[in-house]
Amino acid sequence: MELGPIWRALLRNKTSYSLIALQIAVTMAIMVNAIGIIQERSALMARSSGVDEDNLFYVNSIGFSPDLEFQALVAEDLEALRNFPGVRNAVMTNTVPLQGGGWSQGVQVEPGEEFEATSVAIYFVDEHGIDTFGVNLIAGRNFTPTEITWYDPEGDVRWPPQGIISQAMAAELFPDLDPEEVVGKVTYIDDATPVTIIGITERMQAAWKSWSGVERSMLVPFKRGENFARYVIRTKPGYRDEVIPQIEQMLAESNKGRIIRHTRTMTEVRKRSYLEDSAMVKLLVFIVSLLTAITSLGIVGLASFSVARRTKQIGIRRALGATQLAILRYFMLENFLVSSVGVLAGAMLAVALNIWMVQTFELTRVAWYLIPAAMLVLWIVGQLAVYGPARRASMVSPAVATRAV
Amino acid sequence: MFRYYLKLGALSIRKNPILSALMVAAIATGIGACMTIINIDYVMSGNPIPHRSDVLYHVQLDSWDPYEAYRDPDQPPDQTTYIDSTALLEAAKARRQVVSYRSGRVIEPQGEDQLPMQVSSRSTSADFFAMFDTPFLYGGGWDKASDDRREYVVVLSKAINEQLFGGENSVGRDIIMNGDPYRVSGVLDDWEPIPRYYDVSNGAFDEIEEVFFPFSVSIALELSSSGNTSCWKMPEEGGQQAFLNSECIWMQVWVELHGESEVREYQAFLDAYAESQKELGRFPRPLNNRLKNVMEWMEDQEVVEEDVQVLLGLAVLFLIVCLLNTIGLLLAKIMRRSGDISLRRALGASRRAVFSQYIVEAGLIGLAGGVFGIALTWLGLQGIKILYGELEFVGRIVGMDWIIILAAIGLAIVSALGAALYPTWRACGIHPASQLKTL
Repeated sequence: MELGPIWRALLRNKTSYSLIALQIAVTMAIMVNAIGIIQERSALMARSSGVDEDNLFYVNSIGFSPDLEFQALVAEDLEALRNFPGVRNAVMTNTVPLQGGGWSQGVQVEPGEEFEATSVAIYFVDEHGIDTFGVNLIAGRNFTPTEITWYDPEGDVRWPPQGIISQAMAAELFPDLDPEEVVGKVTYIDDATPVTIIGITERMQAAWKSWSGVERSMLVPFKRGENFARYVIRTKPGYRDEVIPQIEQMLAESNKGRIIRHTRTMTEVRKRSYLEDSAMVKLLVFIVSLLTAITSLGIVGLASFSVARRTKQIGIRRALGATQLAILRYFMLENFLVSSVGVLAGAMLAVALNIWMVQTFELTRVAWYLIPAAMLVLWIVGQLAVYGPARRASMVSPAVATRAV
Repeated sequence: MFRYYLKLGALSIRKNPILSALMVAAIATGIGACMTIINIDYVMSGNPIPHRSDVLYHVQLDSWDPYEAYRDPDQPPDQTTYIDSTALLEAAKARRQVVSYRSGRVIEPQGEDQLPMQVSSRSTSADFFAMFDTPFLYGGGWDKASDDRREYVVVLSKAINEQLFGGENSVGRDIIMNGDPYRVSGVLDDWEPIPRYYDVSNGAFDEIEEVFFPFSVSIALELSSSGNTSCWKMPEEGGQQAFLNSECIWMQVWVELHGESEVREYQAFLDAYAESQKELGRFPRPLNNRLKNVMEWMEDQEVVEEDVQVLLGLAVLFLIVCLLNTIGLLLAKIMRRSGDISLRRALGASRRAVFSQYIVEAGLIGLAGGVFGIALTWLGLQGIKILYGELEFVGRIVGMDWIIILAAIGLAIVSALGAALYPTWRACGIHPASQLKTL
């Protein structure tokens, strides 16, 4: 191999080659970190919310007329919704997973101000909640109709005595117990109000996708509200889009003292919730591709220049018996050496950049294998970029050597 | 000489169209990527009220849970309880003070052809308009007497006045919200504070509310906040009164203070107030009350999205790659012309003359890169708008102003000159005779 001569020739033109190596190094640092972020965001977006996303939507009923009988209206609406053709079930609740707005509450396993509470996302539902959301009950039981109460500001019941929590919440409160064993345990809301866990759901996410406790949720058999009701409706598969306008019309016409607004399907809720993440992924993919293109253009430019400048030397080598392949190999190897310096520096730069990003922003460390992978990619990109100019070099005729020496 | 070099530079750029185009493209791409993100960062971190940002202070009182800070490390809550908000308002120790919260109303139809309209509203106190220097198209705000008498008055945004009254002067006319008539006291002109600094807890880049009315009225109507409400303990009992007396935070308090001494006095007043509340058994945490002016508050609330900062870091690196590329290409170009340079030097040109010639050429390339870069920045911003299109506020942060355009050109020229320094310096070092032999 002619590595030695190539290396010594490189050293005679340090600046140009170190510029390319540096460019490769910075490209690699950006590439590794950008892909790290892409992986992180994609993993976030891939999480399931636990509900039947394809068939769910919600509508808001906003009462404004002073004569509105709210509780009666809710009962009528739910009755009408549940009997609506194409609808599987419906429930009045405060929010849906990933929606962005919701209610959270501290829950603790022992009563008393001095004990620390675990925050949990609250969903107010009735006995149709489980079926409407389409979550799986893995232990315990559902609420019974008699357990459902209306919140009364003047009344004694400040919080219902039963709750159904998600598996993640059960594990957080009782790390040593199986879901079945958590059923029947008493927890405390607001320091002292007892709540018995009667069931465990497999999974139901909170309304806030970036919250560290996003997997912790609790269904509460409560109906709350004065004028505002949010109905979550689960349609039979395939009926959703057809049913939405019909339901909006039905609700709007059934009572003129309220308006129906902000209908949104669960698909839209998810899309909107992760919009920034998916946009970030697209942006980063774009940046990385553009960057790779610019770097390879730089390699092409520099290689073409160096071929043009060494035309005579190439001719001499050819005249002295070097094959076309040897010339091609020379430039490919030269690029390989430059790329190697670049990717080695790039590996260090990528790690440094990652350490800085992890410290400055709330990011996680990139997976180690991204570094060898990026090295490999940049090696290949370099070889592909240099192939054109190297081939042109191998075409140089030995006769060039005889001219103008 | 400068004009002659310009001509030479233009000639040389035309002589090597591909190499020149590559350089311009590299600079333009780097500038475009960098300026797109800088523009977003610039708009998001802009000062929404430059002439008053240092006299407006957001008030934080630490009335939170004895066992756990509102936010680590030991931050006081970012909103205030009803008790404290009204106490500060009544004490009136600052030049001006404002309490407010976000609410929602339904405007009922006036005629047969209109449908009821849900609007966003802000329940606030009289000083709001003077304090935040809101522009008025017609009329004005209400006064403190109206707050005290719980008068049903309302200030409309320009847009809602268009919808309700076709843009006419509606001062003195009535609108009906949730069954009650309100007299219009003023109509705002275009007002788009970015970020919406007076309430960043509920959407820093949301639009301003559509109607503003006295918070004393909305409390009397038992109208709760449509924004964030956080409680570290639940109200003692049910009902509106218990909620008002509770430790739940849901209002924002701003005060106007001029100069350090006023700030110090007000801080002392806040601490004394907290002490007096401690005697009543409230404020279980150590004293931790804070006053932050507009820009300090924006920074504290991390109004600029973290994604933007990450992208900004990557975009700067991106520009560096593009510049490294340009340096390499320029070097290649200048080295290819070693012969010319040697000839010029041999004929008596000084190093300085050679340097000027190539720096002017690089400046030209930078200028071209800057101009294309602006076009790419504009394209980039349109791309961002498409990507984030469903978030309404994004439309408000992708605007470009002349400062950004000048900055883009400036950055391009500085980058190109910076990139040109080394290759040009190398050009100066070419000996008069060395290259002549091979001609």
